Amino acid sequence: MTARRAGVVVGRETGPVNVTCEVLERRKEGAYWRLVLSARTLAGRSEPGQFVQVAVEGQHTLLRRPFSIARATRQGAEGGTLEVVFDAHGPGTEWLTRCSPHDVLDVIGPLGTPFPLPKRDVGCVLVGGGYGSAPLYWLGETLNRMGLRVDSVIGAASGERLHGVMDAKRVSASATFTTDDGSYGTQGRVTDVLGTVIERSGAQLLYACGPNPMLAAVTAVAKHYGIAVQVAVEEKMACGTGVCFTCVLPVRDKTGTVTMRRACLEGPVFDGTAIAWDESRYNVSSPVETEAVDD
Amino acid sequence: MTDRLVNLGVSLAGIALPNPILTASGCFASGREAQWFIDIDTIGAIVVKSITRVPRNGLPTPRMVETPSGMLNAIGLQNPGVDAWIEHDLPFLRQHGARVIASIAGDSAEDFRYVAGKLMAAGADTIVGLEVNLSCPNVENRGLVFACQPDSSYTVVRAVRHEVTVPVLAKLTSDVTSIVAIAQAVVDAGANGVTLINTLLGMAIDPETGRPELYNTFGGLSGPAIRPVALRNVHQVHQALPNLPILGCGGVQSATDVVQFLRAGATAVSVGTQQFVDPFITGRLTHDLEEWLARHGHSDVTELIGTVTPWH
Repeated sequence: MTARRAGVVVGRETGPVNVTCEVLERRKEGAYWRLVLSARTLAGRSEPGQFVQVAVEGQHTLLRRPFSIARATRQGAEGGTLEVVFDAHGPGTEWLTRCSPHDVLDVIGPLGTPFPLPKRDVGCVLVGGGYGSAPLYWLGETLNRMGLRVDSVIGAASGERLHGVMDAKRVSASATFTTDDGSYGTQGRVTDVLGTVIERSGAQLLYACGPNPMLAAVTAVAKHYGIAVQVAVEEKMACGTGVCFTCVLPVRDKTGTVTMRRACLEGPVFDGTAIAWDESRYNVSSPVETEAVDD
Repeated sequence: MTDRLVNLGVSLAGIALPNPILTASGCFASGREAQWFIDIDTIGAIVVKSITRVPRNGLPTPRMVETPSGMLNAIGLQNPGVDAWIEHDLPFLRQHGARVIASIAGDSAEDFRYVAGKLMAAGADTIVGLEVNLSCPNVENRGLVFACQPDSSYTVVRAVRHEVTVPVLAKLTSDVTSIVAIAQAVVDAGANGVTLINTLLGMAIDPETGRPELYNTFGGLSGPAIRPVALRNVHQVHQALPNLPILGCGGVQSATDVVQFLRAGATAVSVGTQQFVDPFITGRLTHDLEEWLARHGHSDVTELIGTVTPWH
């Protein structure tokens, strides 16, 4: 790893900063990994739902890797810490699993929009898929502090890929788990049990994070019950700062017009009902180009 | 620039720039997003994301995939259209004192001419030059990319040249048999300079699913992977047309990369993909280039332009 000094902060008085963060801890959590970084300035500006872009050094890699912020603390000996949870599925994330305490990472953040918090007393359901559940527990803690009821529905392919079972129980009045293979909790999808949880808890607001097909299905359940839904989407992104236009998805504005919005800048948190989920794989207003048009 | 050890100012096809480090089109949007990180008036010039006659939503996702030391993209020219750009983006750039080279794209020569005319009528105080993005399909010629045909390139550049008085750069692709023939065609049409190079057409396939990694199947390859190809194009065109100003583009990451482009014959460089990795890159390169030049006993950056020492 390139030798760097930790704690260098470049940026303005507010907004995202580029910082060098010391790795404080690296641990395996089921199928996933968690990194705890020293990050006073960055942590102090972060809210649940936002993400960071981390420079990696895997073989032939070029781009930073985006990670949702699993938790930011604003105290402790380091003056603030930042945690990310990730799955090792390529040379960049594989490289990150080999980081050790005292290594230094180059991080930009916080980026994107946070989950909007309720302005009145409503029950909330956290719906997470895979390690997409990671930022929801930090959100749950915030909702707990506001005195709001929180319930959780957490799903994954298998028990090993469920993330944060104990965290879900800790922040929730009830925590329900589903796995595709039935190795933990109820066999099936989060949407198989979500309706029951909504009815039982009387929740008026869903927060969801996970793969886009899950978010589309969760949004459909929320619509069925007539309750609000905020989703943090996943899209492949190059820059994370709004300049490359790779991480877009079709979003409907108040007039009904669908435009391609950037997950990194206008998101990653969107009103689930504003996303044109059925249109996300074809062009929304102009014909599909047959030539690669580079810009 | 009097406090500098080294003069970094250049004249690119008649466009006066305080330094030779620009942003590449499509890699910096229209500057608004970068203000969290840098003062955009410090950049040599901002080549904004291509502007078209009507708004474009672009292509569906996936639009991007990382490849060895590079990336493929197929965005499909998403942009708000010239009217909205003039209303929302131009005032921002003007207010922040940016030097703007407006990249324009279109389906026909008439589209290019129309957009060029509208932009200059509204933004002559801020837009110091135009970059003609010839890597678009020509709907009037079986969808063939303008930049691959000398006559199509000529027609577009000529239409723009007749419409405006600011310097016009033609952005060319390396995906042609002879880059020099295309460069000669745009010079004949009145281009004041060329931007070399646009991305290279490429493809990646998911081995498990068999699907192309991009919705569009093909995409433009960028990043350090294409730097040697870009340098070769700059050198070839400079050798053939030594008086033609060149904006070098392709995988620039460091001051020594900039030095290579200048030596090959570029007057300035634009930074593309590295903007995605390092939003501070323009300032870093300007600083490092100045240091490199001072360390090597140069007092003016232009001393380097076209200084390849041949082996034979």
